Amino acid sequence: MKIRRIGGLTAAIAVSALALAACSSSPSATTTTTAASGPSTGIVTVNGSEPQNPLIPTNTNETGGGKLLTLLFAGLVYYDAKGAPHNEVADSITTSDATTYTIKLKSGWKFTNGEPVTSKSFVDAWNYGAKLSNKQLSSYFFEGIQGFSYDADSDLTGLKIVDDSTFTVTLKQPEADFPLRLGYSAFYPLPSVAFKDMTAYGQDPIGDGPYMFKDASAWEHNVKADVVPNPGYIGDRKPMNGGVSVKFYTSQDAAYQDLLANNLDVDDAIPDSAFGVYKTDLGDRAVNQPAAIFQSFTIPQNLAHFTGAEGNLRRQAISLSIDRKTITDKIFQGTRTPAKDFTSPVIAGYNPNLTGSDVLDFNPTKAKDLWAQANAIAPWSGKFTIGYNADGGHQAWVDAVANSIKNTLGIDAEGSPYPTFKDLRTDITKRTIKGAFRTGWQADYPSLYNFLGPIYGTGAGSNDGDYSNPQVDALLKQGLAAKSVDAANKYFDQVQEILFKDLPAIPLWYSNVTGGYATTVTNVQFGWDSVPLYYAIKKA
Amino acid sequence: MAWYIGRRLLQMIPVFLGATLLIYFMVFALAGDPIAALGGERGLNPAVAAQLREHYHLNQPFLVQYLLWLKGLLTFDFGTSFSGRPVRDVMAGAFPVTIQLAFVALFFEAVFGIAVGLVSGLRKGKLFDSTFLIVSLVVIAVPVFVIGFTMQFLVGVKLGWLPPTVGGNVNIRTLLMPGIVLGSVSFAYVLRLTRTSVAENMTADFVRTATAKGLTRRRVVTVHVLRNSLIPVVTFLGADLGGLMGGAIVTEGIFNIPGVGNTLYHAIQQSEAPTVVSMVTVLVMVYIFANLLVDLLYAALDPRIRYA
Repeated sequence: MKIRRIGGLTAAIAVSALALAACSSSPSATTTTTAASGPSTGIVTVNGSEPQNPLIPTNTNETGGGKLLTLLFAGLVYYDAKGAPHNEVADSITTSDATTYTIKLKSGWKFTNGEPVTSKSFVDAWNYGAKLSNKQLSSYFFEGIQGFSYDADSDLTGLKIVDDSTFTVTLKQPEADFPLRLGYSAFYPLPSVAFKDMTAYGQDPIGDGPYMFKDASAWEHNVKADVVPNPGYIGDRKPMNGGVSVKFYTSQDAAYQDLLANNLDVDDAIPDSAFGVYKTDLGDRAVNQPAAIFQSFTIPQNLAHFTGAEGNLRRQAISLSIDRKTITDKIFQGTRTPAKDFTSPVIAGYNPNLTGSDVLDFNPTKAKDLWAQANAIAPWSGKFTIGYNADGGHQAWVDAVANSIKNTLGIDAEGSPYPTFKDLRTDITKRTIKGAFRTGWQADYPSLYNFLGPIYGTGAGSNDGDYSNPQVDALLKQGLAAKSVDAANKYFDQVQEILFKDLPAIPLWYSNVTGGYATTVTNVQFGWDSVPLYYAIKKA
Repeated sequence: MAWYIGRRLLQMIPVFLGATLLIYFMVFALAGDPIAALGGERGLNPAVAAQLREHYHLNQPFLVQYLLWLKGLLTFDFGTSFSGRPVRDVMAGAFPVTIQLAFVALFFEAVFGIAVGLVSGLRKGKLFDSTFLIVSLVVIAVPVFVIGFTMQFLVGVKLGWLPPTVGGNVNIRTLLMPGIVLGSVSFAYVLRLTRTSVAENMTADFVRTATAKGLTRRRVVTVHVLRNSLIPVVTFLGADLGGLMGGAIVTEGIFNIPGVGNTLYHAIQQSEAPTVVSMVTVLVMVYIFANLLVDLLYAALDPRIRYA
């Protein structure tokens, strides 16, 4: 997942660390404004942030760099505005057993230095990304491929080049949603020149995407990055403008002021200080739509009073005692949507009416009743805390949730602030955190599994609460081995029905993407992953 | 004089070593593992995290890390940031921007602060004086980010006179508003210092003597009163230069200025020791040099002060 970290001392910046995946859309997707046909020539200015790592696809796990990579690269597939995958460089991706995939490439694709995009471009790039000593931040994307190891440097033996336009991928176990992942930036191809000097390449990457860097110094650190259309691009994401200038902001407030002053064309992050006014400021140029971001707080499995039958009752009671609707309305001004499950409404297969989802309703009577039953097993003592990072604008909602619990159950509940995200993560990683803590997830790729497997599978990478349920593990595995996404989602629905009973994390709400654009541009649409489809924007 | 300057320069060596050691220790002592945040909510695989920790020497004891950094310094290698950029490049990008901003602010507070302060001092108790006393009180009392956001919204967005943010266009036009905001509080202090000093000197013996000698009022005010009144003001401005450079975090955040404050803020958040220590060290040096300059200026302003 890509993380978003926007600083700024003066304003409590909303999202402190959330994921984001690469994306884009087909020109046929729904548009929010009408525009004259044919491309335009203006340079579209958009907000962004300084990439935190060199621009190497497998080492970019945050929004600042991800935004640029999506412009500069074309992968096997791309996602449209709704999150549906379409083949881009891939001609076909086929499998008979969900374990071995045969990938055929279209002909005619070239990197901007003229080198053809071949199966080797992909295989070498993936091998580089997976190798332990290359310490790539997104190496976990290759975990499932045969030969991957966290113990020592190893080749991905599961990757076999058949010919220039064909290669096969063999996974350790069946994973039906593997093709869905291939639009994520970690799976982009690299030209051979990259491997000669990866550090230099990371400053001025050569890609095969709709855009390319204007020149060798197009990336002005901490200031902006300018991309121009790649004349050799032959995919569906054809640029409709004369280029994109990504301006780096350290605070969302500054970007918003620029948007109001027509100094910025498209802003995809309205600061929370403007939640109350942005719709008045921007009128029908304001965007507020659900995103693939799920917010919750996790109650560790071993927390005192939250284990066994007693813990189960307490988890249910706490979930029932939170007035999600009021909190999203009052604190987030409608820029969050109360959660109905553990995933996100923008993902295909989302179901808000799963059995057991009524545990997410606000029901003080039932909450009190369940809490009393738990007290009958073992009396409650101490205080309920929710850990959060104070540098991410979380205090308001954490306090509101704690108050909601406190007022309903009559127990002592409060937020437990950590100065920075780093401090919170350290305590979570070391498992030294004493209490519940906030957790968020933004999908890397549009799949229900991505919201469940990495978080609730036994021993999974982001299972910070150490939840373990053999039934869940079995269902996740069955879902991955299913023949189709629909069949797989049936298993994932069952996983969620168990999660509603166990509540390893208490779902809170889905974050919306809140953005806007200036009068200077048309045809602005926001993708499933909260990033506008920059290539489609028109500016005279 | 030369001996004096040489001695002052030599004194900088222990200050430099002490400052870097102390700052390095403070960054080291910051709670939390810098690598833990690199993976976001997802967290990093322990094996990858271990590799990264080794790469940045984070698994070494504090003193070893510090000495490694000092060793690099001998070859002008300030280390690398987590984004893989040499800290030298990071500083080369940030400092010129902040220096320009600091000078706009310094110019604003010095010229307007001294001018208004002088008039106020000469017309003590009159309407002009009272008005600016209230103005300076308000400026000191209102937090700088309130002034910043208000000016940005009014001047930048509503009136459109000046660009609301700076970004990549660092020039006098874009830096004007941030410079005024950054210098506003010091402007108020300079104004008050000058006013008090001038008012006091107006009743001093040497001023009475100068007037008695038959000098014009203009000459009395500019040469005798103002020059002597500037000593405390210059001390303040010198100390303020260091503060303006390091303390521009809030202003740089509001106006999106890619300078020292912004860079430092992010580096501190991420516990990026090489960046923090290198930048703060440069700031310490600026401070020391500014102080030296102030001390030398004394001699120019007041003939009674001699350095040997």
